[in-house]
Amino acid sequence: MSGISLRTKRILKNRAFLALCLFSTSATILILALLLMSIMVQGSHFLFSSEALSAVFGHGELSQVTKIIRWEFLSNFASRFPEKAGIYAAVIGSLWVCVICALLALPLGIGTAIYLEEFAPKNRWTALIDFNIRNLAGVPSIVYGILGLTAFTRMFGLFGSDKNSALSFGPDNAWWHIQLPFGQGLLAGGLTLMLVVLPIVIISSREALRAVPSSLRQASLAIGATPWQTASKITLPAAIPSILTGAILAMSRAMGEAAPLLVLGIPVFIANTPDNLNDNFTVLPFQIFNWAGRPQESFHQLAASAIVVLLVVLVCFNGVAVYLRQKLRKPLA
Amino acid sequence: MSALSAKAASSAVELARKGVARSRHVRDGWEFAIRGMLGCTALISIAITVGIITILLRETIAFIQMPDITLTDFLFGTTWSPLLGAEKHFGIWPLICGTFLVSVVAAMTAIPLGLITAIYLSEYATNRKRAILKPIIEILAGVPTVVYGFFALLVITPALQGACNFLFGTPIFSGYNAGAAGIAVGIMILPIVASLSEDAMQSVPRSLREGAYALGSTKFDVSVKVVTPAALSGIMASCFLAITRAIGETMVVALAAGGLAHMTLNPADQVQTMTAYMVQIFLGDAPAFGVENLSSYAVAMVLFMVTLVLSIIGNILLNRYREVYE
Repeated sequence: MSGISLRTKRILKNRAFLALCLFSTSATILILALLLMSIMVQGSHFLFSSEALSAVFGHGELSQVTKIIRWEFLSNFASRFPEKAGIYAAVIGSLWVCVICALLALPLGIGTAIYLEEFAPKNRWTALIDFNIRNLAGVPSIVYGILGLTAFTRMFGLFGSDKNSALSFGPDNAWWHIQLPFGQGLLAGGLTLMLVVLPIVIISSREALRAVPSSLRQASLAIGATPWQTASKITLPAAIPSILTGAILAMSRAMGEAAPLLVLGIPVFIANTPDNLNDNFTVLPFQIFNWAGRPQESFHQLAASAIVVLLVVLVCFNGVAVYLRQKLRKPLA
Repeated sequence: MSALSAKAASSAVELARKGVARSRHVRDGWEFAIRGMLGCTALISIAITVGIITILLRETIAFIQMPDITLTDFLFGTTWSPLLGAEKHFGIWPLICGTFLVSVVAAMTAIPLGLITAIYLSEYATNRKRAILKPIIEILAGVPTVVYGFFALLVITPALQGACNFLFGTPIFSGYNAGAAGIAVGIMILPIVASLSEDAMQSVPRSLREGAYALGSTKFDVSVKVVTPAALSGIMASCFLAITRAIGETMVVALAAGGLAHMTLNPADQVQTMTAYMVQIFLGDAPAFGVENLSSYAVAMVLFMVTLVLSIIGNILLNRYREVYE
């Protein structure tokens, strides 16, 4: 040990490692900042009005700015001309398909979670279902797209082709008008996204139910309540804040998915919003994918603007999740 | 006893009274029906797995039975040219090679950064710092994958090209390349590694750390020689689950990795991954119900099997550390 004692050496090693830790943690955060900034810079051109932009970056006067946000971008349909293009159809389509996905995935997912946590006997079958769900969470979303394409868009070819459907229910102008097979309609999209998020909803709901102290259940059962009464009136209400948080996070996943819907063959360019459950739709991530994949710079800027809108929607979702968790959380036990 | 448990007890009493008033027979029937319904929802997850396997198997078999296609060529061939040239070749190895290259770059980005971040959060950071930093890192997991695709194509690729231009005088990286896509996928899976590894490190009992400190260890010794080995199965699980995500990642590679399937391990080259090929086919580059279309199902089958095996290994490791410390 030339001059440096063993102890000093170890302390120096510790210091160096702490520096490495700080470096890598701040690198992670810097990457996030860089990601958001680069998108904001590229997206500003179509998001903000020219007067607002020139006031900030150029020679315009701040006092002369009458409108900040370029609302046309939100209210126009997609277009070949970047200056006229907007994301109205994509935003409406995304919201619709997300609502349908939530209506399908949440009851099924929470139901499964209640069964597995509150009712299921601890045997081999339950273990199999549990293991299966954990592995479904790792299946790539594009594979769910293939299942959706065969099972919902084409319905195994049982009812004719998706262009020439064999069965339909409801008048053409009713919102609940449904054709079999579902084709590239909203219902097919919602069902396919349901497949993607179902494992996530189940896993997060189970964790929420497991966190409810068993003393509550035992008290209820001891007084003579049945297992379902215990689950529906005692356990579920206590677990609802965490279940909702998980559900909202799952919905933000659904909101950002493009791959499974791409497999269904949804269109990029449509000039109307969906009227019924069978109508064609497009979603924001798919629109972004399409714009980002084009060679022209102005379409890249459009993609960046759409990303900003998508991220704002997701931040709102997550804000609601945090708010609900704070608001509804009560001390248990 | 808190207000809620008191309320729980009182509503249970009320329920029990109602239950007694109702005929026991009806109540049992109701219970049975509910239990059956919930059991059916649980079976849906099994049905999904069975559905995926059946559909992929059926179409894969149809693909293999097409003229000029053999299973050996598909599984061991090294040329993949379904859309180009007069003679079509369906040997999956170029796609596997592309997927492997992107995943390796992603793992090399995510695992060192993620692990060191996890050690910092679990061992060095104060509770307050952890409470602030962990959610920020988890934001990265909530960003839609198409956003990372945009980032890879329009930020990382120009940055890599610029850096190489500055250092070597040529851009080296082509406009579409595996490196940029891999780095973007790596950023995407970083929070999975960091978050799951940190959970595993947190569940290592305090007594192990205290024993090491009592022997005069520094924080570095404790984190690297005590906590990390003790949490190893959890850390491995996090890496496996993260790599599973990287292999199945679609939008990033479809945007940024290119569309040329060839055998290369050069991250500056463009590659095609299994998922990117499927995107190419389903976006309508091939006639429906042709051999190209069927080939995408066979590729999906391989992709499904690979991710399934990795995810099973990851979950077994996860169960193991949970069994040891919980």
